[in-house]
Amino acid sequence: MELTLSILLIFMIIGAIYALFAKDLLSALISCGIVGYGLVICFMLLKAPDLAIVQIVVESISLILMVAVVHNSTRQDLKEKIVIYERGLSFINVKFLFNVMSFLILALFFLFFFRQAIACLEPFGKHTTRMATAYIENAAQNTGSVNLVTGVVFDFRGYDTLGEATILVTAVIGVLTILRLKGRK
Amino acid sequence: MSIIVKKVCQLISGIIFLYGIYIILHGHLTPGGGFAGGIFLSGAFILLVLANGSHVMNLRHEEEKASVIEGLAILIFVLLTAAGFFIGARVFFGNFLPKGHLGELISAGVIPLYNIMVGIEVGASLLTIFLALVIYKEEISP
Repeated sequence: MELTLSILLIFMIIGAIYALFAKDLLSALISCGIVGYGLVICFMLLKAPDLAIVQIVVESISLILMVAVVHNSTRQDLKEKIVIYERGLSFINVKFLFNVMSFLILALFFLFFFRQAIACLEPFGKHTTRMATAYIENAAQNTGSVNLVTGVVFDFRGYDTLGEATILVTAVIGVLTILRLKGRK
Repeated sequence: MSIIVKKVCQLISGIIFLYGIYIILHGHLTPGGGFAGGIFLSGAFILLVLANGSHVMNLRHEEEKASVIEGLAILIFVLLTAAGFFIGARVFFGNFLPKGHLGELISAGVIPLYNIMVGIEVGASLLTIFLALVIYKEEISP
């Protein structure tokens, strides 16, 4: 599993670096998509299928949205390329063939890793709850709080609570900044 | 509003405030805690403003005070979490006070203090947002 994960991570890093230096915005987006969908397989390899589902939905929606934005705003050279393809399609087109082959290789690559990730998951109906069992059994002794929810919120997951309180402060600052007609002295 | 609504709201808001304090202080023993109790604290004030109208109190003054209290509460909360970094086990969010007996009111170390600070912060911030909305409405249509 570690070997698969490291190969996948190296692939994702290459995709991210290519996204920085790509001249075309659309190909940069596609290589960003490689990073996102690679992360899905990473989550499944690390036995977090819920996170994988969230990631695949968010990645698909954001990718479609960004491709639509690029397509409608800055994509001027698409029509010229289509013209080139039509002109050169007489017998065999090296560029077209290269594109199709690279797509097939990438698809097989992802399919292979996806199968490996699914083999790593637990069978249906059997999930491991090591953390939850540890919380339920030891929360009262470890934190001293009889209320399990308070023990989790303020001790085991304290950073989460700090973030929530910070969100409230930020909301108040935003409301006080926006909701006024005259500037304060 | 009629005089009945005003009087009932004045009578009941103190009880709501007291119940919020109870929820906050018993956060580590019974269901509830800082977040739920803070809603009660702000609800007592919001009920008064809703019943008596926005011209009774000097709302702008109240809003400034509420925002100052909110900032102080979150500052003390962060200082308490950072205090665990210097005392005891030297971890952020460390429980550096003695834990006491399980199930008593004064137990569980710093968790009741966290609860109190978060309760004050939540109540004051919700009150600030509500008062800002009321003042904005007043400014738009006086």
